[in-house]
Amino acid sequence: MALVGQLLSPRPVAMAVREFRMWLTDYRRTWKGSIYSSLFNPLLYLSAMGLGLGTLVDKHGTAHLGGVSYLAFLAPGLLAAQAMQTGIGECTYPVLGSVKWDRTYQAAAASPLRPRDIFRGHQIFVAMRLLMNCGMFLAVMAVFGAARSPAVILAVPAAVLTGLAFAAPMEAWAITQNKDSGFSVVFRFVLVPLFLFSGTFFPVTQLPAWIRPVAYITPLWHGVALCRSISLGTLTAGDAFLHVGYLLAITVAGLLAGQRTYRRRLHA
Amino acid sequence: MPESDILVRARGLTKRFGDFTAVDGIDFELRRGEAFGFLGPNGAGKSSTMRMLGCVSPPSGGELTILGLDPVSKGSVIRARLGVVPQEDTLDVELTVWENLLIYGRYFGLPRQVIRERIERLLDFVQLSDRADDHVEPLSGGLKRRLTIARSLINEPDILLLDEPTTGLDPQARHVVWDRLFRLKQQGVTLILTTHYMDEAEQLCDRLVIMDHGKIVAEGSPRELIDTYSTPEVLELRFDPSTHEQAAEKLTAVPADRMEVLADRILLYIRNGDDALASAHDLGLDPLTSLVRRSTLEDVFLRLTGRRLED
Repeated sequence: MALVGQLLSPRPVAMAVREFRMWLTDYRRTWKGSIYSSLFNPLLYLSAMGLGLGTLVDKHGTAHLGGVSYLAFLAPGLLAAQAMQTGIGECTYPVLGSVKWDRTYQAAAASPLRPRDIFRGHQIFVAMRLLMNCGMFLAVMAVFGAARSPAVILAVPAAVLTGLAFAAPMEAWAITQNKDSGFSVVFRFVLVPLFLFSGTFFPVTQLPAWIRPVAYITPLWHGVALCRSISLGTLTAGDAFLHVGYLLAITVAGLLAGQRTYRRRLHA
Repeated sequence: MPESDILVRARGLTKRFGDFTAVDGIDFELRRGEAFGFLGPNGAGKSSTMRMLGCVSPPSGGELTILGLDPVSKGSVIRARLGVVPQEDTLDVELTVWENLLIYGRYFGLPRQVIRERIERLLDFVQLSDRADDHVEPLSGGLKRRLTIARSLINEPDILLLDEPTTGLDPQARHVVWDRLFRLKQQGVTLILTTHYMDEAEQLCDRLVIMDHGKIVAEGSPRELIDTYSTPEVLELRFDPSTHEQAAEKLTAVPADRMEVLADRILLYIRNGDDALASAHDLGLDPLTSLVRRSTLEDVFLRLTGRRLED
């Protein structure tokens, strides 16, 4: 596990933190706007779907939802789905912009930073943005009464991990792009279908049996299942191991791929 | 020359991209304190060479040592001691002048106090002190270049790499940049620059190589190159397009070292231009304009490659 060693030894971390601080300096210009949308989105979704649609759903019985209200079922799923959106969003245009439009990545690459430091520095920033967004989502959940026990706080790291499982591979791919046209394909054919069919809004068991395995291999399904079972207090050790292990494996694969693709792009 | 004064040594240095050979086996040495130039047209391989020197592009072949180190295994250590002014600006346009320098200082792991002091000094050096808190986006090309130069000096580099430092600038902005670079040279900073402007090379370089198609075709000081490859003077004649070719034929009778027939002008390479002009008049030729001038690196380049630099 050379990667784990690298990630934990002080020098590579210090190098990545230098790039992280660059993103932080940039973020100081835009953080206010980003906070509004981070609060506004959960507010809209939880009121429209959780409360509005939820009232209808709850009238028909909630046995399929595990006997909880639709709001309680939906909220942790949305938490994971929003983490996916943040993870993908932060790793598309900002990455292409840095390598293609402003070329600030080339500036960093001329310094002692190595391509992998530049990559990891941004991933640290994305992790911070995920932590902020998921934390705010949880606060909104609490306001709606959808946070049922203090243990729900553990859904935040679970959602952050879900976001990183999308962010790391997405960024590894985004750095290879020269145009933004691939991004709309990702939004249309990856992000939206996953958002709708990975168990966020209804249990995957409602899908036809033949397509369920597709849902089970998507990282979002694991993220949703993890966040939901933490929130509802139904998590078993076996499931925790499966979901966390799966999400971690994808994140690590993305981190390994990214240090290759970053080197190819910045040290051509 | 003591070994420690050779900062860069390249032997058979090569860079290939797929089937295309951008740099084709070049040899050169860079000594401490000198200003060394790569002069050549676009596509000659200058930028590829600079990227290898900047340790952001591994060589495909040959040997390269920078500051006595291997750029592939010690890239990060070498880059910590280089300053780079890239051909295209890579400033963070969302940030202020000051913030750009601060971020760059952090990239080198410099303590905050050191960064502060250097920013003050560098902004003063590039005459941007009053713009410290301005955003970079609206700055003119010349000001952005000066900021990029300040940024490249934040780590007090052993070698400063400048890739086409004044391309795209108006003449006035270009002279300001030249002036600053000349001062750095006077302070003993080792400079490597690429350019396709012969006047830039003549003004700034102690020694230069002329590159064409990935190869070095000549090496020396600007004076040596001109003495070796050109004549002291050049007579430039311009004729009416209808008589241009005829005139060129007649001018072969003038005892010049060499004649270049360009699309719009005829150049006669000769020791004494005024005598040559008199001979041309004696031949019954009546040029629209005539100019006697000293040879430049442009003439050297034309002689060596058969092409003009800025085409």
